[in-house]
Amino acid sequence: MSGIFVGMPAFPKAAREAVQDGTLRANLRHATHTIRDKRARAVAELADWAELREAGKRIKDRTLRHLDTYLIQLEEAVTAAGGTVHWAADAAEANRIVTELVKATGESEVVKVKSMATQEIGLNEHLEAEGIRAYETDLAELIVQLGEDRPSHILVPAIHRNRGEIRDIFREEMGKWGRQAPDGLSDSPAELAEAARLHLREKFLRAKVGISGANFMVAETGTLVVVESEGNGRMCLTLPETLISVVGIEKVVPTWRDLEVFLQTLPRSSTAERMNPYTSTWTGTTDGDGPKTFHLVLLDNGRTDALADEVGRQALRCIRCSACLNVCPVYERAGGHAYGSVYPGPIGAILTPQLRGTTSEIDASLPYASSLCGACYEVCPVAIDIPEVLVHLREKVAGQGGKGHRLEKAAMKAAGWVLDRPDVLAAGERLASKTRTLHPRKLPGPGARQWTGSRDLPEMPAAPFRDWWKKNRTGDDA
Amino acid sequence: MRVALFVTCVNDAVFPSTGVATVRLLERLGVEVDFPAAQTCCGQPQFNTGYREETRPLVRRTVRAFEGYDHVVVPSGSCAAMVRHHYPAFGPEAAALGPRTYELTEFLVDVLGVTDVGAYFPHKVTYHPSCHGLRMLGLGERPRRLLEAVKGLELVELPGAEECCGFGGTFAVKNPDVSAAMGADKIANAVSTGAGVLCGADNSCLLHVGGMLSRQGAPLRAVHLAEILASTEEEPFA
Repeated sequence: MSGIFVGMPAFPKAAREAVQDGTLRANLRHATHTIRDKRARAVAELADWAELREAGKRIKDRTLRHLDTYLIQLEEAVTAAGGTVHWAADAAEANRIVTELVKATGESEVVKVKSMATQEIGLNEHLEAEGIRAYETDLAELIVQLGEDRPSHILVPAIHRNRGEIRDIFREEMGKWGRQAPDGLSDSPAELAEAARLHLREKFLRAKVGISGANFMVAETGTLVVVESEGNGRMCLTLPETLISVVGIEKVVPTWRDLEVFLQTLPRSSTAERMNPYTSTWTGTTDGDGPKTFHLVLLDNGRTDALADEVGRQALRCIRCSACLNVCPVYERAGGHAYGSVYPGPIGAILTPQLRGTTSEIDASLPYASSLCGACYEVCPVAIDIPEVLVHLREKVAGQGGKGHRLEKAAMKAAGWVLDRPDVLAAGERLASKTRTLHPRKLPGPGARQWTGSRDLPEMPAAPFRDWWKKNRTGDDA
Repeated sequence: MRVALFVTCVNDAVFPSTGVATVRLLERLGVEVDFPAAQTCCGQPQFNTGYREETRPLVRRTVRAFEGYDHVVVPSGSCAAMVRHHYPAFGPEAAALGPRTYELTEFLVDVLGVTDVGAYFPHKVTYHPSCHGLRMLGLGERPRRLLEAVKGLELVELPGAEECCGFGGTFAVKNPDVSAAMGADKIANAVSTGAGVLCGADNSCLLHVGGMLSRQGAPLRAVHLAEILASTEEEPFA
């Protein structure tokens, strides 16, 4: 995945810094709670939400079961409609294909529709290195790009920024990228949006190449679908002469009818809207209407590995709505950057280790970045059992016996040995009880900080329950 | 009716009063309680940390310990959820224990059909529904209905009640900073209610929240639901 996250520390360490940042905590709390509450209301309006959720899950599962068939059908339909399909096994191949396609047009700048797939492969950085400048046109992506920042949320990548911070970024950075921010720009949302409109307008009108991802690809007709709120996507998809779309292979759905389900569940789950403002669909190329050239780059980049995992593959159902991020208590405190990936939050914690593997410190720590509270599963519009996959991935990480896990496994084995011998357990409990006056409420040493850094130890009881039972209910003194 | 108490390892070792309260409460309601001494731990800490093979002997032990009982009562939503949701992965014998396992409030409301257990607890109480009871078992209004029927008890709404307290088993030590931040918010919400007692139905969560309350010198204490329900005018418990 994207090079911008390479070398991230493990989640607990990165999260520690975020937890101590008061502004960040306040920004995240305000934003996630607002979207969370709105989503709950939008979902409650639909009497058949549970059925839609189940239908979405089944459509995705069926598609994933026959992914090869649908992808070939899609390729044939896109080709028949005048498009060209490219297959990219990994990020490097996808970046190379896109770079060559842009270079072939002779252009040195492109406009971009907000796209997770292109962030996943680090396309902007790659193009930059090849002398091609990519302009993000989604408002939040623009904020991230101007601020030389990293996205911290799938849907609202600048969620960690407040209005004042955004105003400062616009004032200082816009001029370096094009039209500068109007004089005396305030932090009112309307003024900030207007500044972005003016800045972006000249990019839209000048650009000859557009790059997008897609929310869905319809196999039966070869149609791609982008849903968005700002209209910048519509501009990028219709104005340039050449359109290049980079899309993960799991985004295919068999038929237009299947879209009916997701076009209901996606907007309500993501922006809490009944319907998103712009839904753009295109099928290959059309004379005199829109781009003259269309390229579709189908991206694997770890997806077939995830598909091979019977438990983990459900992560590929994800429609990138972000509902799980907005309800996650860990995401709310740690923020998106701590996950070291363009996919943060609960879905990121199960997707990233599957796409990238679990060899790096950050990736091996992600399955543990959850209290398994289950709020994510509850809101997921395609019923991904995120806690189940987290535990499954923990098994994998523990099994590979990396840093700390050999010791942990030994401790688990020792605990298991004691717990499988009630008499030994009882002896241990009695010892703890008998020496209870010696137990401090805090423990010294770095190993104990994890518990006693913020919590007192409980006072140990005079005797374990099993002794009370023996004495009071069996008449036998322990 | 004869039931087996699955007291749980945390309650056995650290919170025996919750076990005692559960026994007294059930006996007061005319239930004959057994405590199979072969029981230890359901295996949840091992399972959730990614040690499935280390979990297996504990599943086997738990299943054997409760063989022959139609009702196994657990004063912990989390351990009950482990048995009901994850035991099926360990074979048909283990799966069969799930439907016979009841979290305490399920047993009281669904099996015994009572919400007024004759308790007396003259305190202002706020209730934190622990995640596994809330989402995996779907305990819903059961704990609240039981608390509302307690004489003398004033139940006040906990803001953000459905948010995790930050315990999460080994999460509490693997991600101590995020865990503590979640706990701090939970405590601030509890303090804002003006209650003197923060009630929960899972002592593992209360181990964490209670430890933080103690450290911060907060003006409320954490008490397990069973201890409130066991309290009577004649015999105050908690």
